[in-house]
Amino acid sequence: MLYNYDLATVWAFILAFAIFAYVVMDGFDLGIGILFPTLKVGEERDQAMNSIAPVWDGNETWLVLGGGGLMAAFPLAYSIILPATYPLVIGMLLGLIFRGVAFEFRWRDPRHRPYWDTAFFVGSVVATLSQGILLGAVLQGIKVEGRAYAGGWLDWLSPFSLLTGVALLAGYALLGSSWLIGKTHGSVQEHSRKMAFRLGIATLVVMAAVSVATPFLAIDYWHRWFEMPRVLFTAQVPLATIAVGAIFFWSLKRGRERLPFLITLVLFALGFLGLGISMFPYVVPRALTIWDAAAPEKSQIFMLVGTVFIMPLIIAYTAWAYWVFRGKTVTEGYH
Amino acid sequence: MGDEALFLARVQFAFTVSFHFIFPAFSIGLASFLMVLEGAWLRTGRGVYANLYRYWLKIFAVAFGMGVVSGIVMSYQFGTNWAVFSDKAGPVVGPLMAYEVLTAFFLEAGFLGVMLFGINKVGPKLHFFATCMVALGTFISATWIISTNSWMHTPQGFAINAQGQFVPAGSWLPIIFNPSFPYRLTHVVIAAYLTTSLVVGAVGGWHLLRDRTNPGARKMFSMAMWMVAIAAPAQILAGDAHGLNTLEHQPAKVMAMEGHYDSHPDGAPLILFGIPNPAKKRIDYAIELPKVSSLILKHDLNAPLAGLDTIRDDREPPVSVVFWSFRVMVGLGMAMLGLGLFSLFARFRRGLYDWPWLHRAAMVMGPAGFVAVIAGWITTEVGRQPYTVYGYLLTAQSHSPLHASAVATSLLMFVVVYFVVFGAGTYYLVRLMAKAPGPHESEPSSTPQRATGITPAPALSKE
Repeated sequence: MLYNYDLATVWAFILAFAIFAYVVMDGFDLGIGILFPTLKVGEERDQAMNSIAPVWDGNETWLVLGGGGLMAAFPLAYSIILPATYPLVIGMLLGLIFRGVAFEFRWRDPRHRPYWDTAFFVGSVVATLSQGILLGAVLQGIKVEGRAYAGGWLDWLSPFSLLTGVALLAGYALLGSSWLIGKTHGSVQEHSRKMAFRLGIATLVVMAAVSVATPFLAIDYWHRWFEMPRVLFTAQVPLATIAVGAIFFWSLKRGRERLPFLITLVLFALGFLGLGISMFPYVVPRALTIWDAAAPEKSQIFMLVGTVFIMPLIIAYTAWAYWVFRGKTVTEGYH
Repeated sequence: MGDEALFLARVQFAFTVSFHFIFPAFSIGLASFLMVLEGAWLRTGRGVYANLYRYWLKIFAVAFGMGVVSGIVMSYQFGTNWAVFSDKAGPVVGPLMAYEVLTAFFLEAGFLGVMLFGINKVGPKLHFFATCMVALGTFISATWIISTNSWMHTPQGFAINAQGQFVPAGSWLPIIFNPSFPYRLTHVVIAAYLTTSLVVGAVGGWHLLRDRTNPGARKMFSMAMWMVAIAAPAQILAGDAHGLNTLEHQPAKVMAMEGHYDSHPDGAPLILFGIPNPAKKRIDYAIELPKVSSLILKHDLNAPLAGLDTIRDDREPPVSVVFWSFRVMVGLGMAMLGLGLFSLFARFRRGLYDWPWLHRAAMVMGPAGFVAVIAGWITTEVGRQPYTVYGYLLTAQSHSPLHASAVATSLLMFVVVYFVVFGAGTYYLVRLMAKAPGPHESEPSSTPQRATGITPAPALSKE
């Protein structure tokens, strides 16, 4: 059985990687959607859109992997979390539809472009809020009886989950603005730099708020963070966050173009690490560990064999696609 | 929890999957068509191929985007509405779908950006490679998802564990290559090619009616009609083989398709038309050919065929739906065969570009592929009822513990959003198709282009 335990852990890390890849990659796409109304109609918006048009589809595929992977590796968790957060998942999907089609539709129909730009913005905000609230809902706990969700259909709603929703909104917008600093020039870049400064502050504030609120959700979280000698390790996370935040503002001030985005990635990685400390080895906190929810060994091994070979390939050609579209985005040509 | 929630969850799945399936059915074939066009351009250097490539690429971009977003819905629908199914069948179907994501979705998405926007950045050969990868991705995707779906129809290679989950019994090969998989895959892939060629043919026909000298319209029409002429008869053969496979593994489905309420010990009739009467368990006003059904299904006029009277009432699929959807599919299939033959005749008589009635016929048949694909899908999926995993897990025991009002609300939202968004998308597609293919087709819009030169000098100099 020990063997299976390790397998479940391996899958927990693979899925965590997929979710992290999704969060940062679609994060900057969605962030640009969130910032869209602050960009000027015309040149500014077109530049922002073009900077993500060739990659957004690949970015979103990580979400499909997150969903499909969860069903495959931890089917019980998949079948409990999704009904528990039903309206959020539906909201996220509908939001993603609106923002996904806007990429093509806005060019196809200049007369109705303002509508599709609005769809892009609203869809991005709704999808982000849904994801953020979903995160909070999982952290605060889900009522499970037997092998099924046993709560009502609004259990996810709480001040804490709303806070995590807002936190993700700020975080994605920060990713979007720092991405734009690297990919654009002129007025968009200037604007993005200004936004990135404000959003950097906002993100650090909400990260702090979520961090402070989490230990009060359940005593378990308190132990995980503040018990000796764990605290010697866990305390490094907030300390590092403060340091990274300082580097972020420094890089903005120095007018660096690509560093702010990379630093934002580190910031997200730290946030993610914090979540890991709060959750591992639970997949539904205090109700379901990864071993409770794990698919049988045969299913996990079968997928692991493929993942080990295919994942590096995916990363390689995704990197190549990013490389092809490297550098600044310019708007010209067709439109 | 009640029957209402179950019914609404079923409607929601049927609605979202039907809508979704329209786009892949088109983009699988279109990706291959684009691959052929670009390949032909690279080989011959003829501008007409490059122009057609760019013309259809713009259409592909819109259709593919809609396929992506409606597909994401599907990957979460299993968990939101069918939690029990996900928990129980997840260990078997989950990995198959995960492989679809890993081997297909990433491949398509990774190379799509280069395919749409990258021709000026990577050069023609590498660009052709990207096009091939996208086409390959659509095909791999179809393979995995049809394998998954086929396993739900003809499950094998599994055991049931203490938690009531389906788990792989030994090797994965019998699960992946389950009995109905090769037949269903062939049938679906040909259907996708037919659907695309009918759309391309309709667009070509429309433009030939306006200007029969347009080289782009002539080329696409000719290519599409070749495809219809070849694929339509192939599809009928594939469909027949698939039907025989279904008879072997899911006889109740075939009984419903045929409308055989009663057993026929010495040769069953082929019911061409009629109105199923579920209350009385008979087909009213049936027009039938005696013994022909036995001939088709058993290749013997007098072979006995069992009817639904041999199936428990609560294990029967809904006959009316399956009976009708099957006839719609077959009728359209025959019409496609007719169009293919008509085009061959016209080609032989050198009238392919000059016979307006052929062009009109091609236009009328333009949407036929979509209708046939959906009708076929309904036939096989409704024919699987009342099970999700055929013979082992009832649909009524597969759904999430949700309140009917929650499912109703989300269903309503899906309906509204799909009609608005995909309605608009379809309008844009039709508008793109209505434009005649010109001699200088532009790149797809929103092409991110840098100023000329390979290195992004301004970007690098500042870092």
